[in-house]
Amino acid sequence: MTKTVMEGSLATAKAAALCEPDMVVAYPITPQTHIVENLGKLIAQGKLKSKHIEVDSEFSALSACVGGSAAGSRVFTATASQGLALMNEVLFAASGMRLPIVMVVANRALSAPINIWNDWQDSISARDSGWIQLYCETVQEIVDTIIQAYKIAEDKNILLPVMVCMDGFFLTHVVEVLDMPKSVSKYLKKYKPPYAILDPKKPQTQGPFAFPKPYAELRKDLSDAMDASAATIKKCHDDYAKLFNRTYGNGLIEEYRTKNKKTIIITMGSLAGNVKEVVDKRDDTGLLRIKCFRPFPKKDIMNALKGKETVIILEKNISLGTSCGALFDEIRSIHCNIEDTPKILDYIVGIGGMDCRTDDIENIINQSKTKKDGHIEWLMEK
Amino acid sequence: MKKDELLAPGHRTCAGCGPAIAIRMLLRATGPNTVICNATGCIEVTTTQYPTTSWKIPWIHVLFENAASVASGIREALDMQGKSDVNVIALGGDGGMMDIGFRAISGLWERGHNVLVITYDNESYANTGVQRSGGTPWHASTSTTPSGSASKGKDQWKKDMPAIAAAHHIPYVATASIAQPFDLDKKVKKALSIKGPKYIHIHCPCTIGWRFDESKTIEIAKLALDTKMCALYEIENHKKTLTYKPKGTPVKEYLKAQARFRHLTDEDIEEYQKRIDEVWARDFE
Ligand SMILES: Cc1ncc(C[n+]2csc(CCOP(=O)(O)OP(=O)(O)O)c2C)c(N)n1
Repeated sequence: MTKTVMEGSLATAKAAALCEPDMVVAYPITPQTHIVENLGKLIAQGKLKSKHIEVDSEFSALSACVGGSAAGSRVFTATASQGLALMNEVLFAASGMRLPIVMVVANRALSAPINIWNDWQDSISARDSGWIQLYCETVQEIVDTIIQAYKIAEDKNILLPVMVCMDGFFLTHVVEVLDMPKSVSKYLKKYKPPYAILDPKKPQTQGPFAFPKPYAELRKDLSDAMDASAATIKKCHDDYAKLFNRTYGNGLIEEYRTKNKKTIIITMGSLAGNVKEVVDKRDDTGLLRIKCFRPFPKKDIMNALKGKETVIILEKNISLGTSCGALFDEIRSIHCNIEDTPKILDYIVGIGGMDCRTDDIENIINQSKTKKDGHIEWLMEK
Repeated sequence: MKKDELLAPGHRTCAGCGPAIAIRMLLRATGPNTVICNATGCIEVTTTQYPTTSWKIPWIHVLFENAASVASGIREALDMQGKSDVNVIALGGDGGMMDIGFRAISGLWERGHNVLVITYDNESYANTGVQRSGGTPWHASTSTTPSGSASKGKDQWKKDMPAIAAAHHIPYVATASIAQPFDLDKKVKKALSIKGPKYIHIHCPCTIGWRFDESKTIEIAKLALDTKMCALYEIENHKKTLTYKPKGTPVKEYLKAQARFRHLTDEDIEEYQKRIDEVWARDFE
């Protein structure tokens, strides 16, 4: 494979195009715009044979995806921030109806105040919506993960929508050297819906009304499918690695230089790049990158933290009313199962696009010895 | 008219439900080669109690305000699959279509999808207990605009949805009523024969919301036509054509037949008649 140089959004569009979606439906919002513009261009040039629907809103974008997917088509959409918030009601319907939609989220802060820069508040706030959430570190990983996302979503035993999350600007607008697969046809077959169709020859009712008992049963099924998807995500990751020779940890988490390290930094997304640079120069600290935030890989994280003394979480979101970020509470909820419970510190970083530089990370590690378990702090620019 | 019923009996609509009658008439006109995308509301809730369904054709419900967007996706998906012959219909009540789901419909019309949008207009949010909607007529008492010593019910005139549809310059707009089944049948068939976006607005009395005896649904629907409370017409090539000539029965007869207008005094009714005549003159003379 030959390396190419490409903007993150163009690579994202090309990866989506490789999956040959029948429909591309989106509404523009910074920093997602280049993705849908590039897809529009590929369609206009006849390089991608998809129907492009330029809808009236993100609400309609995801709704049309639901319609297309329910009718048996492969669909793609992308959004960010306010757009994802506007989709919220449809998110729950899409997963509840078990539709394998793939959506790229170009992570951006939420209003108010209005802010176009990166943090994860948008997708983290959708964490209970029944979508698989995969956070990527590099543009290369975005490319590979979009392709895997269809394979995961369309697995007959899973049938769940997938959000592929990429840090706005940091990944959408960065120019990266990468491998763009020529074809993914060996890996990803044409989508054949196992159940959902809207065909007059086989009339089917989709999205009915349910009383408490069947409702609860269907929600339990959904929850079970979400849990089961962890193994599928790993398998799709491993199968992809066999063909394309690229891995990202085990597909759920990535342990980077954690062996014999007492201190572990936990983060997600592109910030892991900065952390790796810091960790490369230290013999006391390693990185645990969580790629899959939903389903939350509790066992993998628990095993990765065995015997560690200090855990430092760097996260670009705040769960208002809990004083901390979402990762902190979720890690703490499993750490009672870890022998020799480590000290866990939470740093709210990169909010609304604030910097979190390598020297900031160095400082945080250096000060960690003086901090008590449960310490929470916002990293503010000077 | 075909006799095959595509809406199976046993659903849970009220006795005398106007919308249920409208749906049966609609399906007789569409035939089985049709996908219905239904907004949340009475019809959706009463016909699809999991794991049962009354629908003998493909049917989908997603949310209250996105039937038109879901239908857009279905239409394009079916076209991509080479199934352009299948009719796609976005269906909902006046609340789902004229108020909360309006943006989605306007988008569908503007983009020009080959979809028939249908509002079954029972003039309130009936499913949630008869609250006021943009389709509720002037002075009707609803659960959120109750009449009282300081209120005559809803203060505003009914939203003119077909005119808004026509302003999108779509190829076919029509109004229909369950009191005129052959006219309704003809209009649905005509709409489906035209490629592109179209709109049919079906007037359907609601026994619970309008408060009349369940045996009188069709009678009330007829009265609406003859008192000019509801006009039947088509709009094609920017030309509006009346398809039913009202008898010109005093509106009083219509208002007096429904408890939702019970609070109106003789002067109120006189005023009502005046406004009805003005609107009719503006729109049809
Ligand atoms: C976003 C949202 N808001 C409110 C509701 C509650 N709701 C369900 S049906 C309905 C009223 C439907 O009214 P209409 O569209 O006129 O149909 P009808 O019930 O009269 O058949 C409302 C308000 C909802 N389901 N979703």
